[in-house]
Amino acid sequence: MSGNRAAVLGTGQTRHVAKRDDVSIAGLVREAADRALEDAGCEWKDIDAVVIGKAPDMFEGVMMPELYLADALGALGKPLIRVHTAGSVGGSTAIVATHLVQAGIHDRVLTVAFEKQSESNAMWALSIRIPFSQPLVAGAGGYFAPIVRGYIRKSGAPLDTGAKVVLKDRLNALKNPYAHLQQPDITLETILASPLLWDPIRYAETCPSSDGAAAMVIGSERAADASSRPVAWIHGTAVRSEPTMGAGRDRVNPHAGRDCAKALYAEAGITDPFRQIDCAEIYVPFSWFEPMWLENLGFAEEGAGWKMVQDGVTELTGAMPVNMSGGVLSSNPIGASGMLRFLEVANQVRGLAGEHQVDGARTGLGHAYGGGSQFFAMWIVGAEKR
Amino acid sequence: MREVAVVSYAQHTSRREDLRNEVEMLLPVVREALAPTGLTTQDMGFTCSGSSDYLAGQSFAFVQALDAVGSWPPIAESHVEMDGAFALYEAWVRLQHGDIDTALVYAFGKSSPGDVGRVLSLQLDPYLVGPLWPDAVSLAALQAQALLAGGSFSEKDFARVVARSRRNARDNPHAQLSGDHDEAALLDEPVWADPLRKHDCPPVSDGAAVIVLAAGDRARDLCARPAWIRGIDHRIDVQALGSRDLATSTSTRLAGQKAGIGKGIDIAELHAPFSHQELIVSQALGLDENKTSINPSGGALASNPVMVAGLIRIGEAARRLSAGEGDRAVAHATSGPCLQQNLVCVLEGEK
Repeated sequence: MSGNRAAVLGTGQTRHVAKRDDVSIAGLVREAADRALEDAGCEWKDIDAVVIGKAPDMFEGVMMPELYLADALGALGKPLIRVHTAGSVGGSTAIVATHLVQAGIHDRVLTVAFEKQSESNAMWALSIRIPFSQPLVAGAGGYFAPIVRGYIRKSGAPLDTGAKVVLKDRLNALKNPYAHLQQPDITLETILASPLLWDPIRYAETCPSSDGAAAMVIGSERAADASSRPVAWIHGTAVRSEPTMGAGRDRVNPHAGRDCAKALYAEAGITDPFRQIDCAEIYVPFSWFEPMWLENLGFAEEGAGWKMVQDGVTELTGAMPVNMSGGVLSSNPIGASGMLRFLEVANQVRGLAGEHQVDGARTGLGHAYGGGSQFFAMWIVGAEKR
Repeated sequence: MREVAVVSYAQHTSRREDLRNEVEMLLPVVREALAPTGLTTQDMGFTCSGSSDYLAGQSFAFVQALDAVGSWPPIAESHVEMDGAFALYEAWVRLQHGDIDTALVYAFGKSSPGDVGRVLSLQLDPYLVGPLWPDAVSLAALQAQALLAGGSFSEKDFARVVARSRRNARDNPHAQLSGDHDEAALLDEPVWADPLRKHDCPPVSDGAAVIVLAAGDRARDLCARPAWIRGIDHRIDVQALGSRDLATSTSTRLAGQKAGIGKGIDIAELHAPFSHQELIVSQALGLDENKTSINPSGGALASNPVMVAGLIRIGEAARRLSAGEGDRAVAHATSGPCLQQNLVCVLEGEK
């Protein structure tokens, strides 16, 4: 690892729903932050700096909202940093906070990510094009569907693989009181009967649009050793970016994702991810991205990720549980979705994941991606110091 | 802390840029900043940028800008929705880890396609203040009124700042506004947003800037006289204008202290888009105009590419130290209405 040791001291999140019309944006972020501080057993005065992230400002129609949120975030008189790196932002934000601690600058940093999608319309905020740039398609699904078709063609995956991912994640969400979608009656049949939006992605295979926030307190070794609560030691972090367009790009199995995982594993001392990592929270906004990312992350050989899904390996009780919280397919406050992956896996190794706890989880991977599958942020956390 | 220095700096000449988009503005500046170091973007340990989607009028504006840098094969990269000075802070933090020795920092912004005064209104509390659409100039005028009400400064001081900025800008090929102005004649100009006159306000500018950072002996290898970052810190005040004293800047003072500003500053580059704001920032940092050369570049009153102007301050201060024009400098960047958030960077030339 690089720099000094750092650990997650506490986490907090809101109950993710379609519309939080009972709170302002400030109220939403404060709710998550208060919970993280309580979980970490510290107070606002113990926080040295705040790092906040969210997806594009047009999602709420507020330019650089962290300025207005400074007092709600307890940041007055402190350093406040705002990160924005597309869909990976929640992960990147947690990594910037971690870097502040690893660099030896601060003892306790509060990191927060949010989206209040009900204040605007994310799909159209994503679809504004400036003159002379090529129009893509409305929203993210239209962009990603051809990539999924590419995956199916190359891997020969059975066509119900995506539906099986959804069923697993939505059943996991029933064990997570913060998850947005609670669908106890869901079956493979109801998923396959839902409308086809962008071939091969059906309505039930897409993430919801959520209002929600996530927060963590990242602390130094000294702060972690002084904590009476379980902590998650940060064993490694990595970010990688590649261009949107380019003849050499493999959008199904992106170079940047593979490089990011390689750098992450090197820092965390992982040589066999499948055996050494106990569980993973992976950014899967459309069902098929689970098998695709399993390959990109090295949990499966190229073209074989779908077999892990079909064999139930990624179920909560499987050999390599993935998205125990229900994942992005069950809650998607966009800017916070990456941080939720990082946060959930931290709670797993702290043994505090509740009903969706993986027995004996000691090491976990959190993953976020964004843009046109070109921005990646990842971390590995563990129950032990490294 | 690990020694980190600015080893190279380049900027796009600020102006209303009709023909070139952000990527086209940025690309030659990236090349120009890298040239003296002999490095490529692929050699950089980390890359970090600052910009705002609301200037581009498009979500993910920074995504396309990455094409000006080149991210193939993939690179370790991050972005802040802030002035590029804060991207430099993030890169400086990353360099502290000790596993990488170089970082590329860039910022870009085009204010000219929109009405930047109204665009900045979208930074305000979206429920209680934003719907009233107070524009950035009117808010600055409120702050200037508060400063005058304190009695320590008059409109003559505003004119003095403007005349010096424009005069200094004559030697800056990247400046938009420059020239010799008689202070009394400036005061004869009509009031635009009471008590501010048009020349008290920044021009509408488009621009880009790039800085290369390096640590330790790597910096000495890359640059004849590196500009060492001796301290860097940033702080934020409450946004609500009724909840703070607009005539002072607590966050600037605090950031200056934490950055170790002390005495003996030869050069100060202050990001003060409005003339009265230079007086507030200068006071918060304890600067004396008779001992310190303030805004030798002409400052933000000469050109103010939003999201870039703060990074330019660091670049200008470092460039002058590297050229031997001084030994110790302070650079300042601001963000938000009425100097809400402030960063202070203390730099020293190699001894």
